[in-house]
Amino acid sequence: MPTVRIPPVLRQHADGATEVDANGATVGEVLQALVSQHPATREQLFSSGGDLNRFVNVYLNDEDVRVLDGLETSVKDSDTVMILPAMAGGQ
Amino acid sequence: MTPDTEVFVVQEITPNEAYEELQSSDAILIDTREPYEYVESHIDGANLIPPAMVADNIAEKVPDKSARVLVSCRSGVRSVTAAEVMMSMGYEDVASVAGGILEWQEQGLPVITSSALTAEQRDRYSRHTLLPEVGVDGQVKLLEAKVLLLGAGGLGAPTALYLAAAGIGKIGLVDDDIVDSSNLQRQVIHKTSTVGQSKTSSAREAIESLNPDVEVVEYNFRLDAGNILDVIGEYDIIVDGADNFPTRYLLNDASVRLKKPVVSASILSFDGQISTFMPYEGPCYRCLYPTPPPPELAPSCSENGVLGVMAGVMGLLQANEVMKLVLGIGEPLIGRLLLYEALGTRFTELKVRRDPACPICGPGAADVAESEMGQFPDYDAFCGGHVGS
Repeated sequence: MPTVRIPPVLRQHADGATEVDANGATVGEVLQALVSQHPATREQLFSSGGDLNRFVNVYLNDEDVRVLDGLETSVKDSDTVMILPAMAGGQ
Repeated sequence: MTPDTEVFVVQEITPNEAYEELQSSDAILIDTREPYEYVESHIDGANLIPPAMVADNIAEKVPDKSARVLVSCRSGVRSVTAAEVMMSMGYEDVASVAGGILEWQEQGLPVITSSALTAEQRDRYSRHTLLPEVGVDGQVKLLEAKVLLLGAGGLGAPTALYLAAAGIGKIGLVDDDIVDSSNLQRQVIHKTSTVGQSKTSSAREAIESLNPDVEVVEYNFRLDAGNILDVIGEYDIIVDGADNFPTRYLLNDASVRLKKPVVSASILSFDGQISTFMPYEGPCYRCLYPTPPPPELAPSCSENGVLGVMAGVMGLLQANEVMKLVLGIGEPLIGRLLLYEALGTRFTELKVRRDPACPICGPGAADVAESEMGQFPDYDAFCGGHVGS
């Protein structure tokens, strides 16, 4: 089953998990599986229209899904889907 | 074949004889000392081959075994050994310079000294100049480099200390904050005795006591659209350790306009990110993050906490990027985002591409008219008014 890596800012919405196993054949399905396990992550990831929020970067392994097929990008069981937030902390 | 037991009698010549030969013939001079000795002073035209490397490297410098080769060292001992090695390899016409460069200088013959560095600097930076990738030339580049640090806090503190130690010639510090005792858990450039002082002056004291070669410039204010171009225009490289999104986007847009590389890092709790944004060569910050997250998804360290050593790890990765950019060596993190997760001690590298639709550095981005320079959007409003501290 593909693994989803949860960034620090989303962990409070995922019961503190750093990684979640989530089934799906595409990046979109994997993220939907994450949302059904942890419903509080929905509004952080998706707009009300169901699109991925613009401020959320999603990587399949080391590649940005924006340069692949977006949410339609197919996912293998051994893949890692990473949700990447911008962080501004420097102090 | 030459039997192993053969004894070679090495011809020795005086420095004056060697000098005459080098002036009037095609004789090749091999200097068999360590790199740090060579850097300090050497004879013009001398080819450095450290003692341990003679057998391996001589053929590269002197392919013709019948060539006339003079060998020198510091005092004339290692040069005899090197000459014996060369003769055992079949070199036919080798001579050692008696007394080495010490006697050479004693006789008033000319040498090249590393005049670019003072004696004190040669000593201070010797561990740099020993590295072939740095050398005296590289150290001179460091001493001439101008680096601006955005933030003299968690990330800026270790970055500033190591860049100062490395002899970066001019370090600008932008911070409008004062030192608080809660900073000292990670902001190692500040001290208990400087609590209450401005961070820029506290950092300046630390840098100046570490390395008097460094010129420190304090910018005791926040960067805004009205001042950013003037400030960053003075510098070769910008190090972004800002604690808020408005400054990060403002810096990105200004640095792309002025084509200044930005080494950008951020830290939160046990996580860190770093990348190097080289305008037009690689992606910019907006290619990676087109829009900032809403405030509830952008907690700051003051709200969430941060493991103190995270600042050191990520700050020094930034310093390392600066060193590579100044020296022109290695592979900077251009087009790569490196993530560090401290609890698992896990590094993850992600690819970052230039966004063809990037409004700042994409091909569709309009050329900025001179009159528009310095005109930036209202970032505080754009970023939902979230300004961390």
